[in-house]
Order: sequence, then structure tokens, then C-alpha cells
Amino acid sequence: MNWTSIGSITDIPRRGARCVNTPEGKIAVFRTAEDHVFAIDDHCPHKGGPLSQGIVHGSSVTCPLHNWVISLETGKALGADEGAVRTIPVKVEGEQLFIALEALRNKAA
Amino acid sequence: MTEKLVIVGNGMAPGRMLEHLFEKAPGRYEVTIFNAEPRVNYDRIMLSPVLSGEKDYEQIIIHGDGWYIKNGITLYKGHKIVAIDRAAKTITSDRGVTAKYDKLVIATGSTPFILPVPGNNLAGVLSYRDLDDVQAMMLAAQSRSKAVVIGGGLLGLEAAAGLAMQGMDVTVLHLMPTLMERQLDPAAGYLLQRELENRGLKVICKASTKRILGERKVEGVELADGTVIPCTLVVMAAGIRPSAWLGKSAGLDVNRGIVVDDHMQTSDPDIFSVGECAEVGGHVYGLVAPLYEMARVAAAKLAGEDVPGFVHNDTPTKLKVTGIDLFSLGDFADGDDRQEIVLRDASAGVYKRLVIKDNRIIGTVLYGETADGAWFNDLKKKATDITEMRDTLIFGQAYQGGSPLDPMAAVAALPDDAEICGCNGVCKGKIVGTITAKGLSSLDDVRAHTKASASCGSCTGLVEQVMKLALGDSYNPAAVQPMCKCTDLGHDDVRRLIVAKALKTIPAVMQELQWKSSCGCAKCRPALNYYLVADWPGEYEDDYQSRYINERVHANIQKDGTYSVVPRMWGGMTNAKELRAIADVVDKFQIPAVKVTGGQRIDMLGVKKQDLPAVWADLGEAGFVSGAAYAKGLRTVKTCVGSEWCRFGTQDSTGLGIRLEKFMWGSWTPAKLKLAVSGCPRNCAEATCKDIGVICVDSGYEIHFAGAAGLDIKGTEVLGLVKTEDEALEVIVALTQMYREQGRYLERIYKWTKRVGIPEIRKQVLDDVARRKEYFDRFVLSQKFAQVDPWSERVSGKDKHEFKPMATIGMAQAAE
Repeated sequence: MNWTSIGSITDIPRRGARCVNTPEGKIAVFRTAEDHVFAIDDHCPHKGGPLSQGIVHGSSVTCPLHNWVISLETGKALGADEGAVRTIPVKVEGEQLFIALEALRNKAA
Repeated sequence: MTEKLVIVGNGMAPGRMLEHLFEKAPGRYEVTIFNAEPRVNYDRIMLSPVLSGEKDYEQIIIHGDGWYIKNGITLYKGHKIVAIDRAAKTITSDRGVTAKYDKLVIATGSTPFILPVPGNNLAGVLSYRDLDDVQAMMLAAQSRSKAVVIGGGLLGLEAAAGLAMQGMDVTVLHLMPTLMERQLDPAAGYLLQRELENRGLKVICKASTKRILGERKVEGVELADGTVIPCTLVVMAAGIRPSAWLGKSAGLDVNRGIVVDDHMQTSDPDIFSVGECAEVGGHVYGLVAPLYEMARVAAAKLAGEDVPGFVHNDTPTKLKVTGIDLFSLGDFADGDDRQEIVLRDASAGVYKRLVIKDNRIIGTVLYGETADGAWFNDLKKKATDITEMRDTLIFGQAYQGGSPLDPMAAVAALPDDAEICGCNGVCKGKIVGTITAKGLSSLDDVRAHTKASASCGSCTGLVEQVMKLALGDSYNPAAVQPMCKCTDLGHDDVRRLIVAKALKTIPAVMQELQWKSSCGCAKCRPALNYYLVADWPGEYEDDYQSRYINERVHANIQKDGTYSVVPRMWGGMTNAKELRAIADVVDKFQIPAVKVTGGQRIDMLGVKKQDLPAVWADLGEAGFVSGAAYAKGLRTVKTCVGSEWCRFGTQDSTGLGIRLEKFMWGSWTPAKLKLAVSGCPRNCAEATCKDIGVICVDSGYEIHFAGAAGLDIKGTEVLGLVKTEDEALEVIVALTQMYREQGRYLERIYKWTKRVGIPEIRKQVLDDVARRKEYFDRFVLSQKFAQVDPWSERVSGKDKHEFKPMATIGMAQAAE
């Protein structure tokens, strides 16, 4: 995998998210209360709401537009709703965060 | 290849039909619905509780917009179908939309019968059929004047009771000698009339309406005997007629309704009809149970299944007026071949009558005590021979076989196929089976999965007993609604415990109150954050990660992820400098839309998130602060120009409005709080539909509160009259503080008022001057920490991580 550095874990508030702009669109990087880090497309499967702006609880986020709850681990909608967003591999080394994007991976290959 | 299914009408019958159809044949049809009403499918049976104020529109929606989207349905709201072309298989709406169909379902329901008397088209004459009628009635009820309801049947009495609860003086006119004569025998009709009269309604039976009086608006009703009843509102509830004209104009067989066979097929095999407009086996129907049965049969037919056809069944009738228990079923006329068993208890207001033929129940009327209705219905349905229990039959199921009088025992004794929910045809076995199979534990879950008690709700008690039976002591129907799935505690308990245990952080609340999730959810966290902000001013540190995005970034998120920005314009006043600054900001940041809001200020829409701090910096330089248009907190104070300019103004309403806004801005409240001040009773600032409003009069300031003009429409209540502006400010602030301390998160002030009661609020913030001062002082203390402009904080760098991406990779890097 081709890992790209995106910054430090401390750049993201606990139970919060930040965005990373990429050629593949906006990616939301989440930090949970327990310092787990997840990255998913910043685009709710329901109506495209910016998931990075939602409330983070456990390892899920609630979309700010219509309250769909998305699992950060699987990208899948929880509860009665159906849909999924792409998850992006994340690596934490010390405080540094890296993500692996498909397009960049291909370029490297 | 998907077939095109087009439905005319969006009521409960086609809604239920689609639910069945999507279950049986998912993806088979592409569905298009034309609805003459401009809204989604809602529960019409619940219009009476909406009218009486016990429920609101949101609570009676069956299918929200999301359901239509999820099932790929194209819904044309507010389109009336004007033509069906059966040869081309198309239909056309009054707005010119034409749709092609493979299968067509006509579900146009019914229209109210309007008495053919002079004056029946005057303003103020309404029918009682849909939400528009209910809203018109609620609006009319605000006059608190006199209303006449024509028709003493089910619908008319529910309308009358609802209008009375809304404060109107109501007279019911009924043509027949006793009320609800089609469902009740004269004895029960009399008891019902007495009960309604005890509640302040006037009832005139044998009343034949001659004409409705008035020039342009209703002024009264004249009866055939010359009696005149003055009124400003007339509700016609004298019956309904199947709305079958569309079928007729298309050349289908039409009798009273559109004639269908027992599989809901009309004389054209590609056209079906369900609901009140359909006539099957010579019957037309108005109660929901047979309509749902039609929906089930039609769905099966459309799905290509071979199922038994529709069979006529008597449906029990219940009156949905809170506090009146009434049950009627089947045939209860006297006859030589029939016997009756009657039980009367005059002082308790109980009347029960069973009509027996050939040792079988054929009719039942229960008044005052209806718990055994389901059991009698079951005996009738199964044509059970009652010879053995004849002596004790009337006392109900609990007395059979000497079992003790215990409602649980009665429910336990019901067989599995006993019908619990008449509207949806759900039997006991289905409820118990679903509870066990799906591990359900709440009434909401049971409603979602079985539909039991999900329509009119009158069997809720029975459903809860079945749940108790299935779940044992773990189910407690009286339990308060928990805040969310993270706790069993309700909002009020949580608020009480936060203060009692001096809990001052969200983790402390979750620890001490034994939260079931590690860090809450999007429902409880914003609520807890508000409670802590309100209860511990200066001590609690606001948890931004527990706020909704709008309150976190102090702007309103829009559907495309951009934001809207609304600065404060105190009391709606502005000047050239402010307007110029706004114009400059709009140009500089290329803001795509600018709109004047209903709260007398200016909204800039479509601002990119990363531009927000710079936009605020420029606005701040012109003296603007955040208008908090996103906040569960003080929003606007709308004013008229008052005595300063207006020839009618009695006080300086603009000045008072600005003073209130400057005093109260920045405060957080359970839900948004909108104020208005009008300078005279002409009320140009529309203060009588606000959360808190002031109407200035010569003698002082009339303080109003608990209005609503959103999903609900509700005029304000009058709190009282005060003499001075200082006093008005103190009362309004104290009222706000009481609401801040007691309201549940997201509960608007009118809902809180309904819970607490107007007299209690008046006592605490108006009559008890010492108490009022305490509330006032607590608000002032809290404002010391709350009145910080969030925009200038962010311009100075607070939370700057919120407004820019963490990194840009792959593209912008290359450009550097």
C-alpha cells in the first residue's frame, strides 16, 4: 500500500472529524473518544450529507442532514436504513496519520 | 421488465396496499402516485386527536418522505387527476402531468356530504375530512366563539369534542332522535348525550337544518322550527359519499361507489379500486379495517398471487373522544327472534347490551366499560354457542369459569386467534409470536412490526396487556419514555438527578446514571450538554463535540453542505451602514443568495464553510454579531414600529423589542425561542403566534406565550397584563428561565406549557413576585457567561480546525 501522510492525530478533536481533500473527493477522518481513527468518504449514502459534520458516538457518526447513523468501521448504515460509504485504510504511527488511496496506489504501481 | 403502477389518491388504503405489495413483489412495479392533497400519507383516524390538541401532525404521519424515496415512488403532491384514457392507458392531472400505466388503482376516497341548504357555501362552513379542514377548524377555534356541528354521528361528535377542547362553545345538531343511532341503541345514545352535555356541549336532536345565516360569513344556523343558533363556524359532518366520479367519467361500472369484484378489480381488468370509493358486494365502507382488508387483497392480486377474496365483516365502532368509552358491533335492533341481555349501572354510567339470536351474539353495545369488547367480538365472529355461560355472559370474560377479576387473566384467557387490533386485523397470536421472534420490548417496536394499535390507538391498553403477558414483569407500560437507547431514564429524571447529584460533566452524568453506551448518541449528548449548560452556568465547559453542527460552527448547514449566515438586527431595525456591509460581504465572497427572513433580518445563503470566519470578520467590523439563527436559544425579537411612528401605537414596541433582544441574546433554551412585540392590538408583529409575545395596550403590556406557527399552528395563551416596561422584561425573563430549567431538550415552550399547565406558570412567574425575582436573577447570572459573540471568538481563532481541511493531497500538492 502507498501511504500518504495527512497530519497528526492531535489535529482532530476527540469525538470529532476533519476533512482531507483528495482527487477522489472529500474524505472524512474521524477520531473516537478512545483515539481510534477511521476514514470514510464524506458523503452520506442517503442524500450526500457531509458526515464529517456529524456527531461522533462510539464508533459511529450521525449524519447532520437526516440523522442516518453510519458505522465508521464498516461504512454501513446502522439501524433500519440501508446503504454504505467507502472506507479508506488508515494507519497510525505514533501521532502521525496516513491514509491509502486507490488512485494514488495505482499511480505508485 | 418493471410494470408501471399508477395510483390516484394517497390515503391509508393505497398506502397499506403498497406496503403489502413491496413485501410480496419487490421491484415488480415502478410506482407513481397522484395525491390531490399536498402531503404524504397520514393517519386520518387520528385527525380527532389532532383537532383536540392531543397529537400533532408529525405524530400521525404513516409514510414520511423518506419512505417514498426508499421505494422509488414518484409522488405528485397537490395533483388532481382530471382524465383517464383507457385506450391509451394514460391519466392526466390538472397540472398537465400525464402518466402511462400498466395497472391503475383508483383510491380517491370519499367526499363529505354537504347539506343542500341555503348558505352552505358561506365562509366559515367547513367539512371534516382532511388535515386542511382540521387546521381551518383550529384556526377558527382561536376566536373562542360559537360553533355548530351538523351531524351527531361518529365524525360529528369527534369534531364537536375537539372544538370544545380548543375552547369553543359548541352545539351539535342531529337529525335523528338519539346520537349515533347507527351504532348505538337509544339508551346508550342517551348516556352519551348526557356525558357530552356534562362536558359543556349542547346537543339538539331531531334538529332539521333549514338554512345557514350570514352575509358573506356564517352568522348562525336556522332550524326548521324557527330556532336560530348564532355561531361563526359550521362544521358539516352529516356523512360521506364515495368519491367515484373519476371511475364514472372513465366509463367504469359505478353504483354508489366504483364497483369492484372481491379482488378489487373494476369492470376494466387493468384498473383496480380500493378504499372508501370502492363498492364491493354491494357495500361501501368508511371504517379502516375493511379498507385495509381491501388493500391486502388488491396487493396480492397485483403481485399475481391467488388469495381468497374480500369478505364482508362487521367492524366494531369506537368513539375517539378522550374519557368516553364506547363500543358498538353488529346488529342490535330488537326483533321477535332475538333476546337481549342488559346491564345498567346508572351511577357509574355503565350500560351494556348483548343481542342474542339462536344462542349466538349478533350485536353488542358497551358504554362506560368496554374492556370486554374484544371478547364479545371474538364470540360473535366465531358464532360461539353461549348457552353455557349465558347467566354470567354480560359480566365479561373474567367472570366465566369463576376466574378472578383480573384484566391480565382475561387477556391470558383469550385464544391466539382473538382479534386485538380491529383496524389492522392483528390477533393475539401474531403479537405474542412477533414479540418472541424479534425480541421486541417496547410498544413502539410492537407497533412497527405488527401494526397492532398503530392506527386509531384505541386498543393500546389491550396491546400493552398482551405485551405484559408475553414479556412478564420486564414490561412496565407506565414507565416513562427513556431519553434514548443509552438510558432507561426520562428527560425529567435526568434533569432532576443532574441537579440533585451535582453532576457537572457529560462523563459524570453517564457514569452516575449508568449510561448503557460508552459515549452516548446523537440524541442524548446534545440534550445532556444543554442541561449542563443551563444548570451550571460558569462551571460547565460547553462540549462542542456534543452539539449539532449548526451550533458547533454557528451557521445553518444547507442541503448541499454550504452554510447560511444571519447576523442580528436588533428588533428588526437596520441602517445604511449595516446594509452596505452586508452588500460588500455578498460581493466579496460571491454569496449566491440573499433572503429577508420571517424574523426581520437578512440571511446570506450558500456560504462555503472555509469562508465563514472571513465573512464573520467583515460583518463584525460593521458591528454585527451572530443572529443565532441556528440555535436552540434566543432567535429573533420581531417588532412593529410602535408609538415611535405608528398613529395607532400605544407603547414603544420597537424599543421594548430591542431591549429584550439585547438582554436575552446568547441564552440557550431547550428549543428555539422566538419573541415579538406589537405596539397595539392590531398586532402587526404577529406576537400572538410566538413562543413569547407582547401586545402593547394603553394600560400597559399584555404578555402572551406558548404560541406556535410551524408544524403546529396555535395562538398564544395570555400570561397576564403588567403596567411597566421594566415589569414586562422581568416577567418575560423569568418565564424564559423557568422554561430553561424545566423544559425537555427540543421541547418548544407551547409543549412544555401543555405539560406544566398555564396556572402553575402564571403562579410562579407572575403572581409570586419573590419567585419571579429568583428566576430573573438566575437568568442574569447565566447571561454573564453566555453573552459572548461566537463569531468574534472564531474570528479570533477559536476552533479554527473546524473551518479548514486537515490536509489536501494528490492535487493541490502538485500545484505547489
